[in-house]
Amino acid sequence: MKNKDYNNFGSNLDKPGGVSLIANADIAIIGGGVVGCAVARRMALEGARIVLIEKASDILDGASKGNSAILHTGFDAPVGSLEQKCVNRGYEEYLKIHKSFNLPILKTGALVTAWSEEQENKFEDILKKGHDNDIKNLKLLSKTQILSIEPDLAKSVRSAISVPGEYVIDPWSSPLAYLRQAVDNGGQALFNAEVTGGEFDGNTWLLTTRKGQVRARYVINCAGLYGDIVDHNVLGGCEFTIKPRKGQFVVFDKAAGKLLSSVILPVPTERTKGIVLFPTIFGNIVVGPTAEEQESRNNACVDKEILISLTRQAIEKLPALANIQVTATYAGIRPATEEKHYRVIQDSDRNWITLGGIRSTGLTGALGLAAHVHDLLSDQGADFKALDNPSIHPVPNLAEHLPRDYKTRGYGEIVCHCEMVSQREILSAMEGPVPAGNLGGLKRRTRATMGRCQGFYCSARLAELTQGKFTNPLGIGDIDD
Amino acid sequence: MTNALKYNRCDVAIIGAGPAGLAAAATLKKQGIEHVLVLDRESEAGGIPRHCGHPPFGIIEYARLMTGPSYAKRLVASAQKAGVDIALKTSVTKLGFGGILTIATPKGMGELKAKRVLLATGVRETPRSARLVSGDRMLGISTTGALQSMVYLKNLIPFRYPLVVGTQIVSFSALLTCKKAGIKPVAMIEEKSSPTISWPLHHASSLFGVPLFLNTRITNIIGKDRVEMVQVLDGKKNTREIVCDGVLFTGQFTPESTLARMSHLDLDYGTGSPVIDGFGRCSDPSYWAAGNLLQPVNIAFNCWREGRRTAGRIAQDLKGSLPLSIK
Repeated sequence: MKNKDYNNFGSNLDKPGGVSLIANADIAIIGGGVVGCAVARRMALEGARIVLIEKASDILDGASKGNSAILHTGFDAPVGSLEQKCVNRGYEEYLKIHKSFNLPILKTGALVTAWSEEQENKFEDILKKGHDNDIKNLKLLSKTQILSIEPDLAKSVRSAISVPGEYVIDPWSSPLAYLRQAVDNGGQALFNAEVTGGEFDGNTWLLTTRKGQVRARYVINCAGLYGDIVDHNVLGGCEFTIKPRKGQFVVFDKAAGKLLSSVILPVPTERTKGIVLFPTIFGNIVVGPTAEEQESRNNACVDKEILISLTRQAIEKLPALANIQVTATYAGIRPATEEKHYRVIQDSDRNWITLGGIRSTGLTGALGLAAHVHDLLSDQGADFKALDNPSIHPVPNLAEHLPRDYKTRGYGEIVCHCEMVSQREILSAMEGPVPAGNLGGLKRRTRATMGRCQGFYCSARLAELTQGKFTNPLGIGDIDD
Repeated sequence: MTNALKYNRCDVAIIGAGPAGLAAAATLKKQGIEHVLVLDRESEAGGIPRHCGHPPFGIIEYARLMTGPSYAKRLVASAQKAGVDIALKTSVTKLGFGGILTIATPKGMGELKAKRVLLATGVRETPRSARLVSGDRMLGISTTGALQSMVYLKNLIPFRYPLVVGTQIVSFSALLTCKKAGIKPVAMIEEKSSPTISWPLHHASSLFGVPLFLNTRITNIIGKDRVEMVQVLDGKKNTREIVCDGVLFTGQFTPESTLARMSHLDLDYGTGSPVIDGFGRCSDPSYWAAGNLLQPVNIAFNCWREGRRTAGRIAQDLKGSLPLSIK
């Protein structure tokens, strides 16, 4: 089941130039976003020794931490594009594997809703595109049909295309499960290890990271918002430039959960999928994202005026939201490029593949991209022997519609009351092969402090439980300091 | 402490072991109600006063000047002396029709049928997110409640020189807590043109050495892992940068009415509290409400007094001597 000799490889590594070699693998994956985690899993299953290199102290620190959590069918993807293929492949694989990982799916379906005649006029194109993308079950719905499915939707809705296959998933547990499987099957994950350079000797890469050197035959650059920078620093150039695009979201209280069962998609424009109103797997209703070009790759600040405008737009479509409190606000940054499509670039001479420009469909497309990477590597002669019986580890369920940890006795105590997070869940998220590396990671693994009080009741207990675990702790010191 | 799973039924179940809930429980016992069970999700009874480590508490209730924690202890002792059962680490997850509660405890889940249920779940402050405040999200952003529980219950501090937002009574309490913990707020800001309460905050700057800026609101919170700086806009449209390592949002209390909100009970969407009649009875007459859940925010004494008053009504109701309604 495991690569036994690999687990002990660290003992006899050489240390060139006084910089220690911290990993020796077949494939180095740069970036611990959803794409990197999916590639790590795929290649570990294919029998490669993988090492995932992440510059932050936990996975999902960039674009992957703020998305819409929708499992896309790809009905509206550009016909025949790599994106469409990867989304399609990723979608199929997710449906196949999710149960074995205990990953939840909320079978919401989506409604592409038209609120004006102009929007309705685009339906024909959308239906045709869906058909060309082999999504056969799209259906045109009348106003009456829409309101029978979603009685709380504003009566100004005109018509909609039903996309029954669009689902909602847990955007953070999924990549965690992928990486966990890669590590369980002999892989390695390095954190706080930003890649700063590298040398290729015609056969093998020697990458320099902040933590030490990594040797690997192949490198897959999944660095997302920093993909072009990594290519520049290591290869000396990059075909694309990342154009960060911020998306702000407003999360409504779980009391809103009963108001909406489908994902409400707008009629998309050329540039973006537009502002979506959707249920989350955790029981909330979310509105977003905006699409704001910006220079910064990491400044995910929210803006009061825009949050107010998003809230207003949500209430226009779902009037009862006016009575619901806001639980959280957040912003994600998509790694857009000058062009709309996925930017997958293979440099066969240097054993290097860059996966860039993966935006809103990345959560679904990741598994497909990972399979695509395997194809590309096989094409250039990489030969691994797939594991016969890979180990698989289920992740804790955080979905509201499925039994949570507190329903099983022996959980210690509830720490976060709004999200019903138990002490047992928090302690276990800080252990294991891919433990939470920072508070954000702990929140994504457990939902602690993600609820309506945002830490009013639980941050003291959480500070106590996490004391000494993270570089940036909740409590910065004792009173007597 | 009591294991709530031991019971399938009780006369009155009280959700929340704060001043209102505990005062009501003791009163019900004194009125001859046999089995009064207080359920609290925390590991300790007493509610918010547990982490208000400063006076004034208890002046009227116990005829002495007390700190929050000793007041909380006294409330618990009085209730227990009266014969009240208190079940801790017990979360009510659902309010069912006619007083059927679903509860979760570390020993398992269960159902409890109470003849009457009193909701005394209190209040909390509105966090940064629900205030739709601009800026990035990082460590060091807190509320008074979170700060006080860190300081008084865990002896920890989340920041050393925060910006304080708000000028309500609780903001004064926040300044006291900071002083005790050796935290030095860099400034206090208020969106309005005068402090919400004129005394003592009008003198906050001289009392605590904390400058007070009125007509001022946050336009950006900046920092990488922790808060590093806050941008504020004053009434004259001047942007000012305030270097700090935290932002403390005080006040803007909102009822902790989640259970009612997620249930069949009618809710007043304006206040966020359950709708009650003149006695404190909810739209399902098995359910009652008292304390800060109904009127954010009141001092502990008022919650205590209201708990006692509502308990009297519940006792009357159980004995069949309460008029139908005075709604």
